[in-house]
Amino acid sequence: MSQLFKPSMNTLARVSLSCALIVPGALVVGLSSITRSPYNTKVEVPLDQPVPFSHTHHADELGIDCRYCHSSVEKSGFAGIPPSHTCMSCHSQIWTNSPLLEPVRESYEKDIPLVWNRVNKVPDFVYFDHSIHIAKGVNCNVCHGPVQKMQMTWKGKPFFMSWCLDCHRDPGKYIRPKDEVFGLFRKYQESSKGANLTGSEYSLMATAHYKPSKEDQARGRKLVQEYGIKVETLSDCYICHR
Amino acid sequence: MSKPPQDRFIGGKQSYESIDRKIGRVVLDQKSHPPIWLITFAMAFLLVQVLGGAVLWLLYKGVGIWGINQPAGWGFDIINFVWWIGIGHAGTLISAVLLLMRQQWRNSINRFAEAMTIFAVMCAGMYPLLHTGRPWVAYWLMPIGPNTLGMWPQFRSPLVWDVFAVSTYMTVSALFWFVGLIPDFATLRDRAKNKIVQVVFGMLAMGWRGSVRHWLRYETAYLILAGLSTPLVLSVHSIVSFDFAVSIVPGWHTTIFPPYFVAGAIYAGFAMVLTLAIPMRAWYKLKDFITDKHIDWMAKVMLATGLIVFYGYILEVFFGWYSGNTYEIAMIKNRMTGPYAPFYWSLITCNGIVPQLLWIPKVRRCYPAIFVISQFVTIGMWLERFIIIPVSLHRDFLPSSWGMYIPSFWDIAMFVGTIGFFIMMMFLFVRFLPMINIFEMKELWQRQQQAEHADHADVGAGPVPAHDAAGAGHDKENAQ
Repeated sequence: MSQLFKPSMNTLARVSLSCALIVPGALVVGLSSITRSPYNTKVEVPLDQPVPFSHTHHADELGIDCRYCHSSVEKSGFAGIPPSHTCMSCHSQIWTNSPLLEPVRESYEKDIPLVWNRVNKVPDFVYFDHSIHIAKGVNCNVCHGPVQKMQMTWKGKPFFMSWCLDCHRDPGKYIRPKDEVFGLFRKYQESSKGANLTGSEYSLMATAHYKPSKEDQARGRKLVQEYGIKVETLSDCYICHR
Repeated sequence: MSKPPQDRFIGGKQSYESIDRKIGRVVLDQKSHPPIWLITFAMAFLLVQVLGGAVLWLLYKGVGIWGINQPAGWGFDIINFVWWIGIGHAGTLISAVLLLMRQQWRNSINRFAEAMTIFAVMCAGMYPLLHTGRPWVAYWLMPIGPNTLGMWPQFRSPLVWDVFAVSTYMTVSALFWFVGLIPDFATLRDRAKNKIVQVVFGMLAMGWRGSVRHWLRYETAYLILAGLSTPLVLSVHSIVSFDFAVSIVPGWHTTIFPPYFVAGAIYAGFAMVLTLAIPMRAWYKLKDFITDKHIDWMAKVMLATGLIVFYGYILEVFFGWYSGNTYEIAMIKNRMTGPYAPFYWSLITCNGIVPQLLWIPKVRRCYPAIFVISQFVTIGMWLERFIIIPVSLHRDFLPSSWGMYIPSFWDIAMFVGTIGFFIMMMFLFVRFLPMINIFEMKELWQRQQQAEHADHADVGAGPVPAHDAAGAGHDKENAQ
C-alpha cells in the first residue's frame, strides 16, 4: 500500500493541533475587544442629528446651564429633551434666518417635535432615574463625559453593567456635595475655563477621563454616611431591574 | 466441549479477520444497509425539521409559546432536559465504570452506548439553553471574567453547578468516545478501498500505527479518561437532582433525590441501549457480538436499577406521611388523587410493575418482550420527571396561586423534534462509524480462545492464536 499522507502532513497536523489552542483563545480576546471597542459601545462616536446642535457653543462658550434645556433632570427620571419652543426662546431673536436652524423653525411652526437621535440609551429592562443621582450629588459629567467639550454629542461612557456597578458598589467615589453638581459648572465658567479648578475637578469638567482625587473620594464616602445611602443594598438586582 | 454459544460474549466461529470484516463492513460497504435504514433516517430527518421550526419560532416569539405559566414555570423544557441527560448515563456507566471493574461484556456495547450518551446530552443541552429565553447570552452562565457585567454567576445556585456538570460531562464523554475510536479508525483506514475514505479515516486515526509505544500510551490515556468519567456517572445526575432538592417546593425538597435520580438515569439509559441494540443487531447481523447473554445481563441491570427507583417512589410516599408536614402530605395526596393522578399511576405501572416481568428468565430471552418493556421504562422515566416538575409546581403554597400545566403544540413539537434528532444522529453514527469496538472485540476474542483452549486442550475450539502479550496489538500488522 502506498503512503496515504506525505511527510509534510506532519507539519500540518502540528499546526492544526496548535490552532486548536490558539483559535479559541484568539476568539475570546477578539470578541471581548470588539465588545469594549467604540464600534460596539459608541463611546466618542458623534451621532448625526437633524440640526447640528453644539454643546461646546451653548454650554462652554455661552455658559448656558444644563437645566435650561434638560429641565426635568432634578425632578424626574427623565432629564428631558427640550421642545423646539426652548430653542426658539433665543433663536426667535438671534440667527433667525440661519439655514441650519430651518428644521427648528419648521418644527415650531407646525408644532411637530424634532426627532433627535438618541445618544445615551439604557435597555428597557433597566430602571434609571436621573433625579436621585443628581440629588445625591453625582455630577452630569461622571456619566456623560465632558459634554461642554462636544461639538456633536457623543456617548461619554460605555454603559456596561460593570460600569454602573463600579459606582453602586462604592458610591463614595463619585458622590459630592449637592451644590457641586451644577456649582462646578459655574465655577468652571467663572474661572476662564478651569484655571482655578483642582486637578480632579478639571479632569471631570474638561476631559474624558475623570480622576477623582483621594480627598474627593474620602469626602464622598463621608457623604454616603451622611446621606444614609445603604451601600449593601445598592447593588441588589432589584435596584435597577424592577 | 466448548461452552454453549449463548454463554459466550462472542458467538460463532471468528478470527481477527472476520471480526474486522463483520464490524467494518457496516461502515465500508455502504450497500450493506437494509432499506429500513433509509426509511427510519428519513422519518427522523423530517422530525429534525420540526425541531428546527419549533426552535426558530421560539427564538422569534420567546418562551411564551410554551405551556409554562405561573405557578408552573418549568414544564417540558426541564422534563425533557432531565429525561435526555438521564438516558445518557448508561453510556458512561458501561464505558467507564464497567471498564474499571474489568467487565469484559461491556466491550461490544460500549461504543454504541457512548454515542448514545453524546447524542442524548446534545438533546438535553438544547433545553436549558433555550428555556433561558435569550440563548445568545448563554455565556453569562459561565464564569468568564473580567466581563462587562461586573458579575459572576451565582455560585450558590445548583443551576450554575449544573452548567459545569453538563458541560464537563459532554467534554469528557466526547473525548472518551473519540479516543476509543482511534485504533478502529486505523483499522478502517487500512481496510478501506476508496481513497477518500482512506484519507478521512487516516486523519481521524491521527497517525495511529499500532506500535507498542502507541498502545502503552493509549491504554494509559484510556484508563485516565475512564477514571475521570466514573465520578461523572454519579455527579451529573446528583447535581441535576440538586436543582430540585435544594429548593423548598414540596415534592422537590427531598434528601433521597441524588441516589434516586442516578438510579433512574441508569435505568432509563439501559432501556434506551436495549431499545437501540435489539433492532440494530438484527438488522446488521451482529448477533455474534451483541449476544443473547448481553441482552440478558442488560435486562438484569435494568431490573436492578428499576427496583431502586421503585423503592424511591415508595419512600417518597413514606416520607410524606412520616414528616407529618401538611404540605408534604397534600403533595402526596395530590399526586395520587389530584388532576394528574392518571400520570402518577401510569408512572407506577410503567416503572414499578411492568419491569418485574424481567425476573422471569423466559422474558429475558424474548426480544420483543424486552423491547416493549424498555419502551415502558422510557415512558415511565419521562412520566417520573413530569410528576416531579409540573405536578409539584401546579399546587403552590397558597390556593390562590394554584394552576394547571398543559403543554402547548410547540412543547410537543420540540420534544418530538429532539427524538428525531437523536435517532438521526444514531443512524448516521451506525452508518459512518464502527458501532462495535473492533480492537476490544479482538482482544476479547483472543482471551476467550485462550481460556477455552486451556480448559479443553484436547478438543480445540477454533484456531488458537500464538500471540504477543499485547493482545490487541494486531493492527500493526495491517498498518502501512
